[in-house]
Amino acid sequence: MKTAPSPAAATFDTRCANAVELSGVTFGYDRRTILKGIDMTIPRGKVVAIMGGSGCGKTTILRLIGGSLRPRSGRIVVAGQSVPQLDRDGLYALRRRIGMLFQFGALFTDLTVFENVAFPMREHTDLPDEAIRDLVLMKLNAVGLRGAAQLKPAELSGGMGRRVALARAVALDPMLVMYDEPFAGLDPISLGVVGQLIRRMNDALGITSIVVTHDVYESLKIVDHLYFVSEGRIVAGGTPDEVRASSDPFVRQFLDGAPDGPVPFHYAARPLEQEFVRAR
Amino acid sequence: MPAERVVRGVRKVGATTLAILQRLGFATRFFAAVVWHSPQAFRRLQLTLREIYFAGVLSLVIILVSGMFVGMVLALQGYDVLNRYGANDSLGILVALSLVRELGPVVAGLLFASRAGSAITAEIGLMKATDQLAAMEMMAVDPLARVVAPRFWGGIVSMPLLAALFSTLGVFGAWLVGVKLIGLDNGAFWGNMQAAVDFREDIVNGFIKSVVFGVIVSLIAVFEGYDAKPTAEGVSSATTRTVVESALTILAADFVLTVFMFRGVGV
Ligand SMILES: Nc1ncnc2c1ncn2[C@@H]1O[C@H](COP(=O)(O)OP(=O)(O)O)[C@@H](O)[C@H]1O
Ligand SMILES: [Mg+2]
Repeated sequence: MKTAPSPAAATFDTRCANAVELSGVTFGYDRRTILKGIDMTIPRGKVVAIMGGSGCGKTTILRLIGGSLRPRSGRIVVAGQSVPQLDRDGLYALRRRIGMLFQFGALFTDLTVFENVAFPMREHTDLPDEAIRDLVLMKLNAVGLRGAAQLKPAELSGGMGRRVALARAVALDPMLVMYDEPFAGLDPISLGVVGQLIRRMNDALGITSIVVTHDVYESLKIVDHLYFVSEGRIVAGGTPDEVRASSDPFVRQFLDGAPDGPVPFHYAARPLEQEFVRAR
Repeated sequence: MPAERVVRGVRKVGATTLAILQRLGFATRFFAAVVWHSPQAFRRLQLTLREIYFAGVLSLVIILVSGMFVGMVLALQGYDVLNRYGANDSLGILVALSLVRELGPVVAGLLFASRAGSAITAEIGLMKATDQLAAMEMMAVDPLARVVAPRFWGGIVSMPLLAALFSTLGVFGAWLVGVKLIGLDNGAFWGNMQAAVDFREDIVNGFIKSVVFGVIVSLIAVFEGYDAKPTAEGVSSATTRTVVESALTILAADFVLTVFMFRGVGV
């Protein structure tokens, strides 16, 4: 039997079908506009990829969702809460329920693997040491690194570090996990392992995942939906099957890795003739 | 166009001044924020204790060895001068007063800045460059309370202790040279020193200096680390800035403090 949740709890959690909603989000550092109107919905329980070339603003989108940046305009709603309007306490309360895996893991270099995963638990819970120990070892076991608990981050390979960061990101059983380039710099085996872990964590823990990447093939294997970002806008999107069948020139260029297309090979420059023909 | 060049020069001076003021303003707000977050850090004392270990205990060797050498040199030079006036017996006074009032706090401060201050800047800067601070913030943990405040207070606690040890080892070094090597009278060395060093005027004033220098070095070190450009070059230039700014600020502050303390002596 369901008990009627309090209105506050309802807006906070269970009643919204979408974990994250962005509408008309614009943003720029200094004068340059990076995002020119992003509309995006991330349904609860899904794995969604945000794809795009380097520097197109993917990390910026994650920072906006996490509230480290404020948009110039537009709405950002996470778990029913408008992120830009949250005060510090509200934002910190929300962030306890969001896990994030940074581009290069961002493990705390002065702590062991064990203490890295224990960090959010020690900071936010009053659990006794034995309970933390059990939880940490469970999380590490889930990423296959229980045996590496006492190593320092410097002693890990790239793929192992990424898996530890993954365990840390899900340490507090968040409702949303954001992955920033989880595949960057990994060998094909580690890459497959991390991809499968993202999918498995998502389904086993009932979380929602956002994966920012430019690795199309790995994402096509594990995600439910893809968004393509270019020039500050969403230029295409769809399920993996739709994307594979797409004839959109941008998607095709991305899939085929063509050097020239909607994303030009040349950085904006004056015409070639002018560069070499000297004015007399 | 010379006029244009003048305008450009004036504009540059203005922009630089504004940039410096802005940075100072930012540093002041940062200082306030660190103090504001300090109670949170104190509630978990082991964080600060750990930083006292890193800042203090790891600076011990350089402080003790330098203190000893400075004391030995002071004794040689002091003896050379005092001997001309037949005031050999005052060597203990000379050495103790120079160390407790000036050299202890100042030289220990300079050494502390280059050993511990630079390490703190590099550590915080690297945490920033590798997104560790951002990761912490995304985990709803405030880096000011978790990373910055403990290092700030760890430095402030360590510095006076290190200065005291520096002076102590200095006096010991002077004793070695004066009494053991040159052969001055042991009783006169210690007795005159004891009679001449005043607790309020010398020891307390020296202690005040060392606390002020501790605050200066710690604040500059954590600020430069936190404000570093998040790149390898950014961190290395921030580390250099910590040492240079600390040294200049310590020497300037020492002059100001000495002026205030001087007026009180024997008037
Ligand atoms: N702190 C910043 N200040 C100014 N520009 C920035 C900053 N961070 C990122 N940028 C710029 O914003 C653009 C988007 O950055 P980012 O979101 O990191 O791209 P992506 O993650 O897609 O590679 C880049 O061109 C980058 O140079
Ligand atoms: Mg990025």
